[in-house]
Formats: sequence, C-alpha cells, structure tokens
Amino acid sequence: MFRRLPDHNAETIRFTFDGAPLAARRGDTVAAALLANGIATCRATPAKGTARGPYCLMGVCFECLVTIDGTGNRQGCLVALEEGMRIETQAGARRAVAP
Amino acid sequence: MEADVTVIGGGLVGSCMAYGLARLGARVLVLDEGDVARRASRANFALVWVQSKGMGMPQYSAWSHGSSERWADFAALLAEETGIDVVHQRPGGFALCLSDDEMEARTRFIQRLQAQPGAPRIPYEVLDHAGVKRMLPDIGPDVVGAIYSPADGHVNSLKLFRALHVANGKRGVAYRPECVVDAIESRDGGFRIRGNWGEARSARIVLAAGLGNARLAPMVGLDAPVIPSKGQVLITEKVAPFLHYPMGTIRQTDEGGVMMGDSQEDAGFDTVVTNPVISVMAERAMRSFPLLRDLNVVRTWSASRVMSPDGFPIYAQSRTAPGAFVVTCHSGVTLAAAHALTLAPQVQAGALADELSCFSGARFHVPQAA
Ligand SMILES: Cc1cc2nc3c(=O)[nH]c(=O)nc-3n(C[C@H](O)[C@H](O)[C@H](O)COP(=O)(O)OP(=O)(O)OC[C@H]3O[C@@H](n4cnc5c(N)ncnc54)[C@H](O)[C@@H]3O)c2cc1C
Ligand code: FES
Repeated sequence: MFRRLPDHNAETIRFTFDGAPLAARRGDTVAAALLANGIATCRATPAKGTARGPYCLMGVCFECLVTIDGTGNRQGCLVALEEGMRIETQAGARRAVAP
Repeated sequence: MEADVTVIGGGLVGSCMAYGLARLGARVLVLDEGDVARRASRANFALVWVQSKGMGMPQYSAWSHGSSERWADFAALLAEETGIDVVHQRPGGFALCLSDDEMEARTRFIQRLQAQPGAPRIPYEVLDHAGVKRMLPDIGPDVVGAIYSPADGHVNSLKLFRALHVANGKRGVAYRPECVVDAIESRDGGFRIRGNWGEARSARIVLAAGLGNARLAPMVGLDAPVIPSKGQVLITEKVAPFLHYPMGTIRQTDEGGVMMGDSQEDAGFDTVVTNPVISVMAERAMRSFPLLRDLNVVRTWSASRVMSPDGFPIYAQSRTAPGAFVVTCHSGVTLAAAHALTLAPQVQAGALADELSCFSGARFHVPQAA
C-alpha cells in the first residue's frame, strides 16, 4: 500500500497491534506506523460497526481512533509512536471508566 | 409569491413560528441573514428545561411547563413530516449540588418558585447522595444531592433546527437567506420590508430576529430591548452512553459526546472562549462525574443568548401597527413546541391570548417615580 522513502538513519521501534508484534521507525505517528505495516483499518464505528482507518492524518476527521496502552479513542495520527506501545483496534464506542 | 406573513429571522424561534403558521395554511416568507450570522440556534445546550424557570413570573413557569408537555407530540409531528428523529427524550432532569449550602439554596429556590401565586405544581424530588446514585451511578463523592424533576428533558437541537427547515420547505415556506432587513414601514394595513436585497410586502409580520429584534421592533411601534448574554459549551469525544438523564449543566448527546456548559456571563458580543470560565465548568463537571476526567474535550464554543431585561420572553402585537408581532426569548429549544403549536395559531388568528399579555414588551416601561 505505502512504500517508505529511503531513511536509513531512523531508529527502529517495536510495538504491537492487536497483539501482533510489528516494527516501524522513530518519528512515525501511530497512524503512519500502522499504514506502513499495511494495516488500513483500525477501528469499527460505534453506530454500525463499519471498518475505518486513518484518513486526514492531521487531527481533523477522527477516523484514526485506536486504543493505546489501554486508553481508548486516541487519535493515532496525533500520537508519536513509542517503543513497546500496545495498540489495539478501537471497537465501537469508548467506555468512560472511573479513574 | 405574495406572502400572508413575513417572518424576520430564521433561527429556531422564526422557524417554529413559520412552521406553525404554514401548518394552518398561511403563505409564509422567512427573511434571514447569511451563514455568518450570530445564531444561538446552532450553539445551544439543547435542554427542554422546566424545573428552575419562572422565578418572579409564574406565568413563565406555566408556559415552559406547557411547552415541555407538548414536546413529544411536536417531535412526533416533525418525524412524520420529515423523517428526521430529533431525539426528544424526557427522562427527567437533575440539578446537581456540590455542597450543603448549594443544596439548601436550591431546595429553598424551588419551594419559593412553586409557592408563587398561580405557579404550576411541577413535580420534583429532593434527593440525597444515595438517592441520586441510584439513578446516576457514576456521580462522584462531592455530589451532596440534587433536585430531580420528571418534567425536564432534552433533544438534539441541531437535528431540530434541520427538521424545521425541511418541514418548512415541504410546506412551501419561502426561505430567503442573505436578506438582512433594514427598514419596515407599515402602510395601507400591511407592511413593506426593505433591505439591500430588495423589498417584500405582506399583511402581517413576525419579528423573530433574536438579538436583531432590538433594532427592528421600534420600526413598528414594538419594544424588544434584548441584549447578548454569553454562554460557553465544551464537548468531549463520543463515548458509550452512560448518562441517561440530562443535568442543567452536563448532558450526553444521543451521539455520545458529553456536553458541559453553560455559563452565563455579561460579555456583550464578545464570543471568544475564555479559559477561566471553561476551567470552572470542566472542574464542576469532573467533580460531578469523575470519569469525565479521562475524556478528551474535542471542541469548545461560545455564543450569545438573547436576553431581555428580566430574562422572560417578549411576545406582543403592535398597537400602532396591528399585524406586527414580536417573538423573542432565551430558551427557544424548550419553548419550540409552544411557539409552533400555541403561539403561531394566535398570530394566525390575529390576536395573542390574554394569558400572554404579561409577556408584552410594555412591561419595561414602568413610569419613572417622580
Ligand atoms: C450557550 C447557549 C446555550 C443555550 N442552551 C439552551 C438550552 O439548553 N435550552 C433552550 O431552550 N435554549 C437554550 N439556549 C437558547 C436558544 O438557543 C435560543 O433561545 C434560540 O436559539 C434563539 O433563537 P432565535 O431564533 O431567537 O435566535 P437566533 O438563533 O439568534 O436567530 C435569529 C436569526 O435572526 C436573524 N436576523 C437577525 N437580524 C436580522 C435582520 N435584521 N434581518 C434578517 N434576519 C435577521 C439572524 O441571522 C438569525 O438567523 C441557549 C443559548 C446559548 C447561546
Ligand atoms: S486521520 Fe484524521 S484525525 Fe487522524
């Protein structure tokens, strides 16, 4: 789907998506890291459960929502990927839970 | 088309009046400003709220309650005509109190409100923390109690606005945006309405221009000294439904976002969102429901309420130019059903009912003491 521009210096970062171990580069957003791994869908809509994926990549459309380290509804295109992040599909509406 | 009635202003108030008039067969023209207009109708908190209304004017309490009683029928009419569900719900509403003082003040307030001569008896309960928790399990320990009234409810007010415009279109109401009215003359038992777009004539007019009414009313011998009162709202990301009742200042929309509001400030036409106010609002909301603490706020906005000097609606027909009516209020969502189904038929019949005489703008002309 996407091919990286040559960027040999960037450090490799490891993370998981729905439990599967994956790798991307430092400087990637979570959304970019998923796309670079060929993952085009990252959430199911609350209304009908339709599959959606990152779209605007600039914080406007909210299509890139994922659960990151247990916190739901995070905009993947606005979060920088970190080593060891546990990223999961945002399945339907986030549940608000007491802190 | 020659209209029977021209409604000036296409916000919620004007749209409800146009709808009510068109239902009775009137040919209606709506003149409105363009998209950049100040419109309370697209920025409000969407409550159909009764429990705290009418201190100092029990007729307003009755009028608000009457509207809330007709709201379900009104929503059903709109759904039938447009296919749009405006998501009206009336599970009852809470005024949460975060201290003993607040609890006491609120309780005394509602008792005094309902003790006014002629005030309707609107059902309510004074609940302690445990009583509130039974209905709202997510409240925080700071919630001391609440006033709950089964009369309160809410709606999706953007869908309401849209449904009214669709219904009016289907009923042949002519809607003309970008038509700012600058002058109105009454002549030969009718009205000539002008702006830089041209002119229109009709036998009757309804001034429903929100804050614009202050300027328009004197052109036809009416009074509507309304001024802006700023309100601010925050909304969170959409989450699974957990608030099944509206609060006066917190509600979850049918789409999942949690709205927090709705400050009242005297800020003129300044609609910039100011930090201290929204932090106070957010802080109160988080003390009420600690689980809000982890949610992201995705938008904030502010808008101007249409406020009369005493806060009550202004409804009147001109004495010097009969056929000219003014309709303006600060709770146009709550009063939507009353405007469409009660007030519009009176305008169509040519006279406002006696029980609405207390809402005339003439009340602001108490003779000055010598
Ligand atoms: C923050 C906030 C929260 C609120 N919460 C609630 C709530 O929970 N429940 C509730 O019941 N109400 C609430 N309200 C109030 C409610 O939104 C208003 O009562 C209602 O929208 C007013 O409608 P309106 O049509 O009078 O005014 P507006 O929506 O302001 O519409 C007036 C229209 O007239 C037009 N106009 C003005 N001058 C002219 C002119 N010269 N020529 C042609 N057109 C003109 C304008 O362009 C505008 O379209 C809230 C308001 C605010 C600001
Ligand atoms: S991709 Fe649009 S907000 Fe993230």
